[in-house]
Amino acid sequence: MNQPQTKESGIIKTVTYEVLRYEPAKDRAPRFEKYHVPVTKGMTVLDGLLWIKEHTDHTLSWRSSCRMGVCGSCGMFINGLPRLACNNQIVHLHSDRITIKPLPNYDIIRDLVPDLETLFEKHRAVKPYLIRKDKEEQSHPAGEYFQTEQELVSYIQFAYCIKCGLCLSACPTAGTSQNYMGPQSLTQGWRYALDSRDEGAAQREAEIFSEHGVYRCHFAGACSQVCPKGVDPALAIQLAKKDAFLRSFGRRKQRPTASVAPPVQNWVPKADIPKAPEPTVPQKNR
Amino acid sequence: MRESRLWSWHIISAVIILAFLGIHMIIMHMGAIWGALGTGSGHPVRSDEVFRRSQQLFFMITYILLLGAALFHGLYGLRSMLCELSLSRILEKAIGGLCAAAGCALFVYGSYVAVAVYRMGEMRP
Repeated sequence: MNQPQTKESGIIKTVTYEVLRYEPAKDRAPRFEKYHVPVTKGMTVLDGLLWIKEHTDHTLSWRSSCRMGVCGSCGMFINGLPRLACNNQIVHLHSDRITIKPLPNYDIIRDLVPDLETLFEKHRAVKPYLIRKDKEEQSHPAGEYFQTEQELVSYIQFAYCIKCGLCLSACPTAGTSQNYMGPQSLTQGWRYALDSRDEGAAQREAEIFSEHGVYRCHFAGACSQVCPKGVDPALAIQLAKKDAFLRSFGRRKQRPTASVAPPVQNWVPKADIPKAPEPTVPQKNR
Repeated sequence: MRESRLWSWHIISAVIILAFLGIHMIIMHMGAIWGALGTGSGHPVRSDEVFRRSQQLFFMITYILLLGAALFHGLYGLRSMLCELSLSRILEKAIGGLCAAAGCALFVYGSYVAVAVYRMGEMRP
């Protein structure tokens, strides 16, 4: 094992990584493999995996990209909880043994790489984009929409989702029911239902309020516990249930829909703002 | 929105059960206290006492309401649990239909018994 031990290197301690290895095409069953990793200050679980890849075992596979909790690629089951590997420092786990498995409730592509297709299928099903009744406005938006600060605040928390899939892997209902829509997609469906710019609530209802939608949530709250962005999917689901309950008895107020702001007329650019470069791709005339 | 209405009634039926089951518990388990206080016989589970209660309009209505709420709540819960077993769409529909049919049949039968016992009291000279 190639492991630097000098004081100058800043090594605090050495931890043991127990990583679940599995290549469906080759292996009959998943197996654990141990690696000893020197830990330095501020080192994340992802940094440890990169160290293994660089020094010990280049065949170890996982998915990662931004290293700063933004892209949502490096979701793993670390020491018994679904977490982002880049978002968790090794010393904060308070253990010399770090067990890493691929995210539960997903098929394994290889080692720590989960197949997130089910997550994205369910996400697509709730139509996670602004829908306007005016088809022309939908395909060729004429301008910005008016939206108050309160209207923005009503859904902004749910818009922080980075599609990492940790919530779906933590959900006990999703673990037993493959048909359950799951916290991620339901939250995103509800996020667009709250957005004053959206007029597509009726199109999403078929999925969100179906027999595999919000009503199958048992309110375990695990999704909210593991969400690295504080989205709180459990809250979104309970709010959707409350809304449906009130609507069942005609007690729900209709929210107004944001109108399109008229184009700005007679504007004069400030002299100190440089002119934007010419587009490199030919622009369509609207 | 059919599922929303069903789920809303699931919640409402739980509240109805809570209220009527509360009445049931008070009558059944506080009977001895009431008897000691001079109200009631003090033997709420004795057959003549059960018949006497069942022949009162208030109890007949509460029995039917409790029966309806309990059947709906229980069978909707059962259907929900079975639907979480990742079954096919057809099987889910069949379970839903079966639960609805069983619920209706049991409600009609239970209501018939409640009304029949009540009417026995009416017919008594």
